[in-house]
Amino acid sequence: MTTSTDTMVATQVYRVYIKASPQAIWDAITKPEWSARYGYGGSVEYDLRPGGTYRALTSDAMKEAGAAMGRPVPDVAVDGEVIEADPPHKLVQTWRMAMDPELAAEGFTRLTYEIAETKGGVTKLTLTHELEGAPRLALLLSGGLEEMGAGGGWSWVLSDLKTLLETGGPLDPGDQLNQG
Amino acid sequence: MTDDRVFKALADPTRRFLLDRLFERDGRTLTELESELEMTRFGVMKHLRVLEDAGLVVTRREGREKLHFLNPVPIRLIHDRWIDKYTERRVSALLELKTELEGGTA
Repeated sequence: MTTSTDTMVATQVYRVYIKASPQAIWDAITKPEWSARYGYGGSVEYDLRPGGTYRALTSDAMKEAGAAMGRPVPDVAVDGEVIEADPPHKLVQTWRMAMDPELAAEGFTRLTYEIAETKGGVTKLTLTHELEGAPRLALLLSGGLEEMGAGGGWSWVLSDLKTLLETGGPLDPGDQLNQG
Repeated sequence: MTDDRVFKALADPTRRFLLDRLFERDGRTLTELESELEMTRFGVMKHLRVLEDAGLVVTRREGREKLHFLNPVPIRLIHDRWIDKYTERRVSALLELKTELEGGTA
């Protein structure tokens, strides 16, 4: 992670098309009852106004997995601050992985969700994560640590979100227990 | 069908080469990508267009520049739909074997 090219891979862009309304996608991102059902599975707390607090809490499954490995997991997985909230179209926030000291030390990054309706009831969700100065986090979020049980990063989370909204269930109901 | 577009986009060595370049370093301009290929600017544009239509490349304007980003989600969806479901264990065993035989560091 020290080569010159790595420092240039600073922004990651992910896009997925989901057969759901912009509001359904907005809710899935910002409401705890939805956020607990896909991806890493923690519930979120959003104060949806500029300067408002964002926290993603660790799930019970994460805590159990952490305890089993002798590495206690704190209550807050991710923290940050809302920069702009324009429901259900745009959410800009800061984002820091708080549950791991090394990742937390990389500091706050900037995350943007853009939600745009297209034709046929399909909505385009674009996630842009600006990861300057956070090479370890960038690796984690690109799925580079999946083999180590760290989950598949954003593409995995978005794939799971699509499955949840289109079929009503996660990809693999047991998966969240094994991840993170 | 989106999957069809992804498979078609991947069924071309130049387009796979472009994706590999973006995987190495994301957020490149057309000019940068063009410099790595023995091909006209128009040819590279056409290939990028196919990748964009398949959702494998997403572009973003930054100032005057149009940057190309690799979007791995469509490949992830195919992975989750086809590979995870049927063959993940066998595929990863084969990939490990291939890596080992080719002298890589898995």
